[in-house]
Amino acid sequence: MTELDSLLQVLDARGGDRTILADTQTAHMMASGHKLLSQRQVPGLELVAAETPDGITARIRVARDVQLTHPLHLCFGVLPAVGRQHIEMSLVLEQGAALDIVAHCFFPNAEQVEHVMDARIEVGADARLTYTEGHYHGPWGGVTVVPKAIVKLGKRAVYFSDFSLTTGRVGKLDIDYEVEADEEAVVELTARVFGHGTDAIRIREKLVLAGRAARGLIKTRVALEHDATAEIIGITEGNAERARGHMDCMEIVKDRAVASAEPIVKVTHPQAKVTHEAAIGSVDHHQMETLMAHGLSPEQAVDLIVGGLLGRQETESVIKFPARPANAASQAR
Amino acid sequence: MALLEVDHLSFRVPARPVLDRLDLAIEAGEVHALVGTNGTGKSTLAYLIMGCEGYRPDQGEIRFDGRRIGDLPLHERARLGISLAWQEPARFEGLSVRNYLTLGRGEVDAADCLQRVGLSPADYLTRMVDKTLSGGERKRIELASVLALAPRLVILDEPTAGIDLLSIREIINVISTFKTRGGAVLLITHREEVTRVADRASQLCGGRIVCSGDPETVAASYQGRACRRCNGEECDDDRAG
Repeated sequence: MTELDSLLQVLDARGGDRTILADTQTAHMMASGHKLLSQRQVPGLELVAAETPDGITARIRVARDVQLTHPLHLCFGVLPAVGRQHIEMSLVLEQGAALDIVAHCFFPNAEQVEHVMDARIEVGADARLTYTEGHYHGPWGGVTVVPKAIVKLGKRAVYFSDFSLTTGRVGKLDIDYEVEADEEAVVELTARVFGHGTDAIRIREKLVLAGRAARGLIKTRVALEHDATAEIIGITEGNAERARGHMDCMEIVKDRAVASAEPIVKVTHPQAKVTHEAAIGSVDHHQMETLMAHGLSPEQAVDLIVGGLLGRQETESVIKFPARPANAASQAR
Repeated sequence: MALLEVDHLSFRVPARPVLDRLDLAIEAGEVHALVGTNGTGKSTLAYLIMGCEGYRPDQGEIRFDGRRIGDLPLHERARLGISLAWQEPARFEGLSVRNYLTLGRGEVDAADCLQRVGLSPADYLTRMVDKTLSGGERKRIELASVLALAPRLVILDEPTAGIDLLSIREIINVISTFKTRGGAVLLITHREEVTRVADRASQLCGGRIVCSGDPETVAASYQGRACRRCNGEECDDDRAG
């Protein structure tokens, strides 16, 4: 079986659609480790990717006023138990362009895997980008994920990012996003993560609302159980007239898990406004009793509340993991 | 034998007794209204019957269909056929109205349940049961969810609070629907016009039932502050809590 077949098999298992590879109207790029397996560009979207000794570089550009109706599919992964994947991505949407990106990242067998993403993103004036990234990890927790992005939004640009890692053990996650928004630009950063075992989660997201009437939201949803830890740092600067920012962080902790949230607000213009709210604690008691009054057991109620918070498919069961340290996983197998 | 029997139920919080040797019986298929000013223990009684955490009787007994339920946890009481529509229902991120209405059940006509509370299925089935709903919308969805459950006994805690006046008729129709389907209703309310839908009513004052009988008589007693127990003094006292 080729590496492409293996990756497609994992994609199938997670409900992905392998027919996109044959669809000539849909751009895509698939990479396993440092190997490029498949790629396609479409009119208006230039995709230049290359293997390097240190990883993969990808340069993506959507031409001015091109509004793609089919999303760009990115599929990354390391299928063996040990490996490294370093992706350097440059993404540019020229003025008035529009693009949806759907990214799947697979590390189903990871025991000692590192996945690093360095992205530089420019969304031109009046352009629109949505970036949905779903991670699917195995049960061993032996993966380190380090996504970093520096994003610049032009006037009236729109950028929505949705990162989710709710299937499998997280391992170590260290997100670092910085977004600067020009006049009337709109940005929404959402991160949803479920930590188990000894998973360690750090999410740092910074919004700089630099232009007049720029608007931004940082939304973080984290559930933790066993001995998992999470450190959430949200930073929003309001530096211009009528800039509006909000940070909304909610974390549910169970067992011996530890969570922290640190909102940092900086406002340098008297007509800018930045607000924040954070809630950390066990599962809400009133929610529990409301569901139990419908006949759900306490365990079913917790699963439903956590699943909803993390935006999981309502039909998807919440996977249970044994609480054991990641380094014990390979010995136990 | 009544469907729900509450015998000599007492419950106190550190500062004061809330319920004091309260007796109440609700027959199968009966709508029983419970009226009383704020702080007289109406919601406390609801939580004790439902088995909410922190609500265990200091004295007395609750029986459902002849079975003592005092030691059963909340969800097991729900599975016996008791349900509670809270005065201020919880909200849930990521849970659609459709899924909320079908929780723990097989085939349920969620659209029909929404229509019965005056909400359009096309507008609401795919919405989330979260903070994007207004207070009134959330209350109606709670009523719809209890309708979908078809419990043998439903406790409705102030079902018309936060509902606009024009929609109260719909809420009254929902209460009638429970009855038509053979369910019993314990209806906690302040509204006289809502009390009229009941078969019987009781007035609560100082943790005790002070007047019981046909709804008009009880409503008149309540509205006139003509409590036999306190001679209107405590009934007039709108204490919070």
